[in-house]
Amino acid sequence: MSLTRMILIWVALTCAVAVPVLAAAASPYLAWRDPIYILAGFAGIVGMGLLLVQPLLAGGYLPGLSTARSRYLHRCVGAALVAAVVIHVLGLWITSPPDVVDALLFVSPTPFSAWGVIAMWAMFAAALLALLRRRLRVRFRPWRLGHATLALVTVVGSVVHVMLIEGTMEIMSKTALCILVLLASAKTLADMRVWAIQPGRGS
Amino acid sequence: MTRLQMTRRSLIVTGAGTVATGISGLITPARAKGVEATLSMRGGSNNYRPNAPIVDRIGGGGFWMTGTVRHAGDGAPLAGQRIQIWAHTTEGHERDPQSHGATLTDANGEFRLEMPQIVPAFGQPHGHLAYDSGEFETVFLRPIMANAKDKTLSAHFVLQPA
Repeated sequence: MSLTRMILIWVALTCAVAVPVLAAAASPYLAWRDPIYILAGFAGIVGMGLLLVQPLLAGGYLPGLSTARSRYLHRCVGAALVAAVVIHVLGLWITSPPDVVDALLFVSPTPFSAWGVIAMWAMFAAALLALLRRRLRVRFRPWRLGHATLALVTVVGSVVHVMLIEGTMEIMSKTALCILVLLASAKTLADMRVWAIQPGRGS
Repeated sequence: MTRLQMTRRSLIVTGAGTVATGISGLITPARAKGVEATLSMRGGSNNYRPNAPIVDRIGGGGFWMTGTVRHAGDGAPLAGQRIQIWAHTTEGHERDPQSHGATLTDANGEFRLEMPQIVPAFGQPHGHLAYDSGEFETVFLRPIMANAKDKTLSAHFVLQPA
C-alpha cells in the first residue's frame, strides 16, 4: 500500500469520527444544557465513533498496523467503548433519574431508549466474552461467532437508538456515521465468515 | 288467500330498509359510551414537583402550552381545574423548580400558560402536564412536539371522579 493511500485512509477515518463530534459541538441546544448532560451526550457520540473503529481493527483493515497491533488496539478501543457507555448512562442518570430508570426497565415512552439499552447489554456481554475467552475454554470460532453476534446486536441497536434521537447530533453527520458503522461491521463479519465455525471449511 | 308478491319496487324498498337497519345497528351510538377518561402517558410524571405555584407565566415566556379539561362521560368542560406544567426549556432543565408552574381552566374548561421555548431533551422535544388535585383521578401527560421549532403545544384531559 502506498504511503499516500495509507495517509488518506487514516485521514478519512479521523474525519468520520471527528466531524460528527464537531457538528454536535455546534448545536444551539448546548446553550440550554447542563455540563453533565452535555458530557453524557458527547460520550454517546464518541461511542458511535469508536463503534466505527472497532470492526475495522477486528478485520485488520487499518493500514500500517500489524495483526497483533490491530488486536491489541481492538481491546483498547473496546475498553474505551465500555467507558463511554458508562459515562453516557451515568450522565443521563444524574440529569434525569426517572427517564433513565424507565429506559433500563423498558417502560420508557421513547422508542429509542429500548434500542440503546439492548445495545448496552449486548456490548457489555461482548466485552465480558472477550475478557473471559481463555477461561471459558471454548474453541476460537464458536467464541468468535458469539462475540461477533453480540457486536452485531450492539451495532444495530446503537444505530437505531442514535437515528431516532432528536437534539444531540447533527442529522447529516449522524446519518453518514451510522451508514459507515453498518458498512464496516457488515464487511468485517462477511470477510471473516464468522458463521463458519468449523475450521478448514471455507477458510 | 294472501299471495306474497315481490315486485321490483318492493324488493328495492325492503332490501334498502334491511341494509339501512343493519348499518345503523353496527354504528355504536355516541351516547352509549360517552367521552372516555384520558389515561396517563408513559413517563408523564418524570421530574414532577407536586404543588407547583399558580403563575401568570413560567419564566420569560414566548411559548404557549394550551389544552382543555373535560368530564368523562358527558364531556362537559371543567372550570377552575389546576393543571401543572413543566418541561426542559431555554431557561432550565425539567427538574429545576423554575421550569414548573400551574394554571387554572376557564369557564370553557380551557387553559393556556405562557412559558419559555421547549427544547429537545432526552431525545424528543416534549412537555409534561399533570392534573393532581384529588377531586378526579390523577392524570400525567407527556405530549411531543411535531417540530422542535413549534411555538405551541397542546394536551387535553378527560377526567373521571376519584
